[in-house]
Amino acid sequence: MAHSDMDVDHTAHGQSMGLLRVLGPAHVWALGVGIVLVGEYMGWNFAVGKGGAYAALIACWFAGVLYSCVAMIDSEVTSTVAAAGGQYTQAKHIIGPLMAFNVGLYLVFAYTMLEAGNAITLGFLVDTVAGMTGHEGGLDQRPFIVLAIMFLAWLNYRGVLATLTFNLVITAIAFVAIITIFLATSPLLGAGEMLHKDLMSGQASLPYGWLGILAAMHFGLWYYLGIEGTTQAAEEVRSPARSLPFGTLAGIMTLLIAATLTWYVCAGLMPWEYLGDGVNGAVAPLFSAAQITGSSALVWLLGIGTLFATLASANGCINDASRAWFSMGRDHYLPAWFGAVHPVYRTPYRAIIFLVPIALIFALGAPLDQVITFSILSGLLGYTFMPINMIMFRKKWPLDTIKRGYEHPLHPLPAISLMALCSVTYFAVFLGYGTQLIAMIGFYIVVSLWFHFWRYRFVKRADQFTMPWPRPRGY
Amino acid sequence: MDTWNYIEYGAWGLSALFGLLIVIDWIKIDTTYSEEMLTSSREGVLEAMTEKHKLEGGDGTF
Repeated sequence: MAHSDMDVDHTAHGQSMGLLRVLGPAHVWALGVGIVLVGEYMGWNFAVGKGGAYAALIACWFAGVLYSCVAMIDSEVTSTVAAAGGQYTQAKHIIGPLMAFNVGLYLVFAYTMLEAGNAITLGFLVDTVAGMTGHEGGLDQRPFIVLAIMFLAWLNYRGVLATLTFNLVITAIAFVAIITIFLATSPLLGAGEMLHKDLMSGQASLPYGWLGILAAMHFGLWYYLGIEGTTQAAEEVRSPARSLPFGTLAGIMTLLIAATLTWYVCAGLMPWEYLGDGVNGAVAPLFSAAQITGSSALVWLLGIGTLFATLASANGCINDASRAWFSMGRDHYLPAWFGAVHPVYRTPYRAIIFLVPIALIFALGAPLDQVITFSILSGLLGYTFMPINMIMFRKKWPLDTIKRGYEHPLHPLPAISLMALCSVTYFAVFLGYGTQLIAMIGFYIVVSLWFHFWRYRFVKRADQFTMPWPRPRGY
Repeated sequence: MDTWNYIEYGAWGLSALFGLLIVIDWIKIDTTYSEEMLTSSREGVLEAMTEKHKLEGGDGTF
């Protein structure tokens, strides 16, 4: 990996050795969309099972509004907080250490669990391919799960530019695959094989009524979960004020298009009972849709798209979880040992290494639905922090006090909308996974007590605030 | 035993190789460089040099 003159001089003078600023807006896009796009290939269709195809579409658009708020809020705050750690660093500067510690853990758990879920999925995909090629008796999926995690950890260890350029290529291919199947099956260019009218009328329109729409919200998050991860690149982009808002907002627009096209293709080709059964029915709905078309080219393309989307998501998750863990170590919220930067590759190498066995334990020892549920719950707790963070940010540092790379419109409407949608989603999650939700909140309360009464004494309180910001209004 | 069984062994082998590459480099780096240098990264150092924040009404930074 090339080092710029500024980076080399900076290190040679012995001031500090930091992460490399080598990324552009396209890498930010690849990080955000790469983490999420697997949700279009699989997972979102559980929303169909909860309330039918219309409910899944409504959940898709409601969740789209929620995540548009997330993207706008994140873009504004992170364009001023150009440091690794993302929402953890935002919370540290804007709210306080206890909130920052919790948000940091939400991020690490959400991304590490999602990485484990992706690795499990990859093992399943390889097994499916083996079955399709005539292998009998099933494969041992474990070597493929372990290989996915070890290869991507090695890639992340070796440098951020190669890691996110790899993500850019495979994410772009996965996105083009969705556009291609839409064009091939729609009346615009293709044969117009869609059967929406037949498949979604009568009882099939809303099989569980309005309650089904509410229940579908839980899996509606799956269309976009992880777009907020773009902020973790803040310390490694060349121009944070420009690249982060540009990459994040382009990312949410890409996902809104991909989610709607995915729903359109799948709901028009499969009955809701089959589409909504992600275990025994359409495990990978876009791949199933390609099989229904009878085109072997589409089957190959969507098969590769599914594989690439899964890899891209796991890759981005390793990148983001390690940056959050590294930042907490650097601030002594965790042992300072984790705050080390590799002197050659300029990556947070100890954070990357530490999270590998954790991901392996969950990938090899926990069921997929539990792993994904813990990822969603941690993500949801993080989204609840964002509106509070945004309102406090604008109050403490109004627009005329800090120069922002992006100012989000209609404040405080996006923050209030985000809070309202989070409340609805909590209720939806409680309906299906109440025990896990309570257990997760209990866990965070216990670790908060540990942080408050023990760990906080090691935090170097003055050192952690390094942004050249003016004093907050009222202080 | 068919091709897929060999691919399974190959996957185990590659996993071990990537793990080994990481661990060897990790040991090499930790024994070559001082802990002070490895953990010298500070948040916002470069940001402070390259990004200019407008200070209106504020009387200092923290």
